[in-house]
Amino acid sequence: MSDLRFRNEVATPHEVAAIDAALPADARGRRDLLLPALHAANDLMGWVSPGALNHICRSLNVAPADAYAVATFYDLLSVDELPPVVAMRCVDLACRIVAVPAVAPEGMHVIESPCLGLCERAPAIAIRSAGEVPSLMLVAEPEVPVQIRGPLSARIGVLDPASLDAYRTSGGFETLATARVNGPAWISDQVDTAGLMGRGGAAFPTARKWRAVLGQTVSQHYVVANADESEPGTFKDRIVMEGDPFSVIEAVALACLAAGADHAFIYLRGEYAVANERLQNAIDSSTSAGLLGELRIEIRRGAGAYICGEETAIFNSIEGFRGEPRSKPPFPVEVGLFGKPTAVNNIETLVAALAICRGDGVSTKLFCLSGHVARPGMYEVPVGTTLGEIITMSGAEHSDVQAVLMGGSAGAFATPAEFATPLTAEGMRSINATLGSGVVMVLDHSVNMADFAGRIAEFFQHESCGQCVPCRVGTVRQVELLSVGDRALLKEVDQVMTDSSICGLGQTAASAIRSAIAKGLL
Amino acid sequence: MSEFNISIDGMDVAMESGQTILAGCSSQGIDTPTLCYGDTLTPKNACRVCMVELEGSRVLVPACSRKAEPGMVIHTESDRVNQSRKMVLELLGSSVDMSQTDHFEEWCDRYDAHPERLISPDAHTRVYEDPKLDNDLYGRDYSKCILCYKCVDACGEQWQNTFAISVAGRGFKSRISVEFDAPMTDSACVYCGNCVAVCPTGALTPMTEYHMRKVGTFAPERQTETTTVCPYCGVGCNLTLHVQDNEIFKVTSPSDHSVTHGNLCIKGRFGFSHVSINRRGNLPVD
Repeated sequence: MSDLRFRNEVATPHEVAAIDAALPADARGRRDLLLPALHAANDLMGWVSPGALNHICRSLNVAPADAYAVATFYDLLSVDELPPVVAMRCVDLACRIVAVPAVAPEGMHVIESPCLGLCERAPAIAIRSAGEVPSLMLVAEPEVPVQIRGPLSARIGVLDPASLDAYRTSGGFETLATARVNGPAWISDQVDTAGLMGRGGAAFPTARKWRAVLGQTVSQHYVVANADESEPGTFKDRIVMEGDPFSVIEAVALACLAAGADHAFIYLRGEYAVANERLQNAIDSSTSAGLLGELRIEIRRGAGAYICGEETAIFNSIEGFRGEPRSKPPFPVEVGLFGKPTAVNNIETLVAALAICRGDGVSTKLFCLSGHVARPGMYEVPVGTTLGEIITMSGAEHSDVQAVLMGGSAGAFATPAEFATPLTAEGMRSINATLGSGVVMVLDHSVNMADFAGRIAEFFQHESCGQCVPCRVGTVRQVELLSVGDRALLKEVDQVMTDSSICGLGQTAASAIRSAIAKGLL
Repeated sequence: MSEFNISIDGMDVAMESGQTILAGCSSQGIDTPTLCYGDTLTPKNACRVCMVELEGSRVLVPACSRKAEPGMVIHTESDRVNQSRKMVLELLGSSVDMSQTDHFEEWCDRYDAHPERLISPDAHTRVYEDPKLDNDLYGRDYSKCILCYKCVDACGEQWQNTFAISVAGRGFKSRISVEFDAPMTDSACVYCGNCVAVCPTGALTPMTEYHMRKVGTFAPERQTETTTVCPYCGVGCNLTLHVQDNEIFKVTSPSDHSVTHGNLCIKGRFGFSHVSINRRGNLPVD
């Protein structure tokens, strides 16, 4: 692309400086730097001006139409002029069912936002300020400590998350050292024996993924840590990253060892500013202490798109394309990031693998309790704890519960009659629900289920990438048919989304609503 | 290149590695509806109208893109396939204007699709856009656009490498767009019209055809097609002249032509008005 054509708008010196500061000297041709560059412009001004876009495109040699297409894909990037300070008010599930909604400061420009991942602190507003030093300030209930601890959360709130020394004194990086001695096969064997399944929602056996990547003859392999936690009701990965960032970095390094990768990306949800800062500090201090060897770990900030948590959309987003899912096959373990074999693992999965190799087993799982509970927050409980038990722990009276949303918007509902079900994949399957990303959102009798289900439908309409017809149009029709109450036609639309969408978003966009109808909640 | 068999609707079909299920279907004379598939482009498999049932797969698979693998058992006429195709046609027909899409009505009949079922009087969203008539050579009517990505791929790395357009926005609000939704005349467009050539729904049409349709003179029964060689340069591109009432209204190139693969340049595709200008010298010079 040597003879690109540009329109006349010119970036301001401020914009040029901010964009240039975000790019290395040899950025030309590096399409994967498009999203970081757009962030730089957006962080400075609050929007991406035509001049800034032109400067980015000249620097990277990307066509302006392509960069515009990418910028308009993401909620956090604007191509229309916005005030430098905006309030993103969460209108999603946990924030929707609180008694008193959050109010943005008087006179501030308000953007209605999908789930901010602050469900345990609902209702939440994130105030984004653009400028030389951009900031994200939260207006939400106070931070809550981990409600129930276990091996995956032992350090959170106990150790200084900024201190490498504290982490090492607590035994940090010893597991990685052991794993280096024992080799990749040992790591996957440990993880396999423990039976670890992915904890982002899809429950794929982790060791099988790593072995498949390790076995590829192509020399370059990647690990992508999926920290784009966006499933409404989910906040566990944020709490882990904020509270125990060094564990995350050690766990990523362990996964790289297992998969034969020397380069990892942490694809971090764009709104997770605190996690970003702490992870970057953990990477920097671990690297300068020589603990990561030749391994490169880069954080890439998402920019507000639920779909980018899909394992192939994440590749497109990192590579600087629109975050649209790719067709499978080929699978990521063969053709992944930059076309190379890639293991994509959720943050909880990674730290669970680290705990297994440390000898702590994998007898617990992280759950995100929110909604009408006395003690919302992260619960690390033994696998096999029943739904009723965890709800009791959270301080909710069973008789007050109308329904529980399991696994988030892409999940399903459970009713009080099903409270004896263990929180395992099999248990949830037996009640046509899912563990998903560990969401347990408790709804009392005050919740209007039609409104709640309507919001789930709106969420999918908003988050559909628009690539395939069943999802792009189906999610719109789902909202409409739900509001006019045509159940028969809704079922037909749901079926085509489930059967014929390209990716998991469209395939599960109807699951919670289908479950609400089947269980008599709607 | 290895050869193997797959089963399609109970028939054993010989395939070569790399071939798609669609190729297997075509070899058996099975007529599969397609929209985002084009014989000169890698399909985006975004329209999902060609879905077939693959035994062992949780979801249906796109025939146009899914490569055949030994032992696959495919069904193209199962209830699940027919229902999916019916619903995709209804989703399309309820959201955009499909009146200029070849075969659309025929497919709706075949799959008993009634897009109006999804048009609820109380709440209904469809794509309404004023046609963008910002240049003299082709019009863009995105209320007919199904976002098949063919125009983007033809403009970009699959053929023209001009990158004037892309898909902007997200979800139902996605639109084919120039940066900042600028007029085409401000864009990188070189007016090759290769996007127009691959558009399956009439969202992109040459202005001549656009105006004929608008005033109601477009009459397929009075049209002929004549293939000739482009007179402009020495490459020798084949042109197909689309003629009505002795006037050329559109020029295409055969997609199976070894030189053009259906592509042309601005001169070949749009430089035809001089043919019918009757001021040209038609008398001997004294």
